[in-house]
Amino acid sequence: MSGNMNLTLKVWRQKNDKTRGKFVTYQATNISPDMSFLEMLDVVNEELVRKGEDPIHFDHDCREGICGMCSLHINGRPHGPKQGTTTCQLHMRSFHDGQTIVIEPWRSAAFPVIKDLAVDRSAFDRIQQAGGYINVNTGGVPDANAIPIPKKVADEAFESATCIACGACVAACKNASAMLFVSAKISQYALLPQGQTERYSRAQAMVAQMDAEGFGSCTNTGACEAECPVGIKLTNIARMNREYFTAKIFKQEEPH
Amino acid sequence: MSKSQHLLSSSLGKKLIMSLTGLFLCTFLVVHLIGNLQLFYNDQGKAFNDYAHFMTHFTPIRIVSYLLYTSIVVHAVYALVLAIQNRKARPVGYAVFRGSANSAWSSRNMGILGTVLLVFIVTHMSNFWWKYHNDGVPYVEYRTDLATQQTTVTELLAAEYSDYVKYVDNDIEILKTKDLYKQVQFTFKSWYLVLFYVIAMAALSFHLIHGFKSAFQTLGFDHRKYAPIIRFLGIWVFGVAIPIGFAIMPLYFYFSN
Repeated sequence: MSGNMNLTLKVWRQKNDKTRGKFVTYQATNISPDMSFLEMLDVVNEELVRKGEDPIHFDHDCREGICGMCSLHINGRPHGPKQGTTTCQLHMRSFHDGQTIVIEPWRSAAFPVIKDLAVDRSAFDRIQQAGGYINVNTGGVPDANAIPIPKKVADEAFESATCIACGACVAACKNASAMLFVSAKISQYALLPQGQTERYSRAQAMVAQMDAEGFGSCTNTGACEAECPVGIKLTNIARMNREYFTAKIFKQEEPH
Repeated sequence: MSKSQHLLSSSLGKKLIMSLTGLFLCTFLVVHLIGNLQLFYNDQGKAFNDYAHFMTHFTPIRIVSYLLYTSIVVHAVYALVLAIQNRKARPVGYAVFRGSANSAWSSRNMGILGTVLLVFIVTHMSNFWWKYHNDGVPYVEYRTDLATQQTTVTELLAAEYSDYVKYVDNDIEILKTKDLYKQVQFTFKSWYLVLFYVIAMAALSFHLIHGFKSAFQTLGFDHRKYAPIIRFLGIWVFGVAIPIGFAIMPLYFYFSN
């Protein structure tokens, strides 16, 4: 078909967390510019399977840009060259015929490689479990609109809650810091009345878990915000810092 | 106690230390620049030398100066600790990493800029601070006729100088002091020191363009209304005006020598 592309892929292949990985070069031939990046990898994998070789492992699920499962560090940037998009929503028309594409996994001590390009992001789950929830008493169903919340506050909490936990912030950060993710998860509750009960214990617990997982610190470069596929703002990190410092310095952790 | 220890050992606590020491050092720069502008007085260094004596002998300022030395050390040590931790957070690096696509150069190179500044501070303090405190500078006597405001300057030998004195005798004000002004003139005769000072001020500029606003972000201060003021101060006052103000001094003395 005319307009189709031939590409050279340099793909990170790594058997598991215990072994060292290396780049392997593959040719992706006759790639339609209308394909998504993951569909292009599917084509390469079908060819590998046909030849009896081990296909390239990569994470994916909804392929609609909402689940946060796909990853891939493409030519030096998480989710590729476009802003505000996940890898599954990145199309091959963003590349040109004959281009060499370097594909790497998210690189972070806290995200060990499972195989090839797939990394274990359960560190995010453990941070969420440490405090990213609210306690709700059982009983009769409360009226959904019983607590008045200003529209702007609700919108801001919603924007923070749009984080899909893909890990691009960690991948983009020169320090492999998870602060954009953690701050979004703290903010979505800190802003709302329902989140006040655990407000200060939450900030302390989630930051402690973030540190325990081995993520780096924030240098405020803003790379995370620029690469976030859903546009989580840096202001969340300032809010997290406020929550955390207030909790540590002014709020009692235990009743006395 | 255990709570506050935990605060400072956490990643955010370390950044809090970085931001507070950094902002304190920024306030020092303002004072240092304003004080040093007296170098440009056309009085053969009288005001500057008198000021230098005041800054090294007035007790509250001496206390603040020890706080300042501590801040420099703490800022550098915590930067090193954070840099090591950050490196550990990514044991296997990227083959291709396009940081320029999503962040400013200065924000990604604060460690390199800071290292240049640390070398500069050591050089700068050995050029002036060490020599001033260890009798490495010449001595001078200013005699000012209070009626005509005419000043005569005489260089004093070490044997002729015992201590700083300032008194009025027969309408003539006499000031005997260490001549740091002459030390400034002498130091900036060397072109490579002048060049190094100017390069260090360029590093200061980039360090503060990122550092000043970054410190407020770390403190959680990013108010919609006031953040633009902080960005303005960070770029135009701390990133441009102050480094240029300092850089002019070695250049002025080099070219007027």
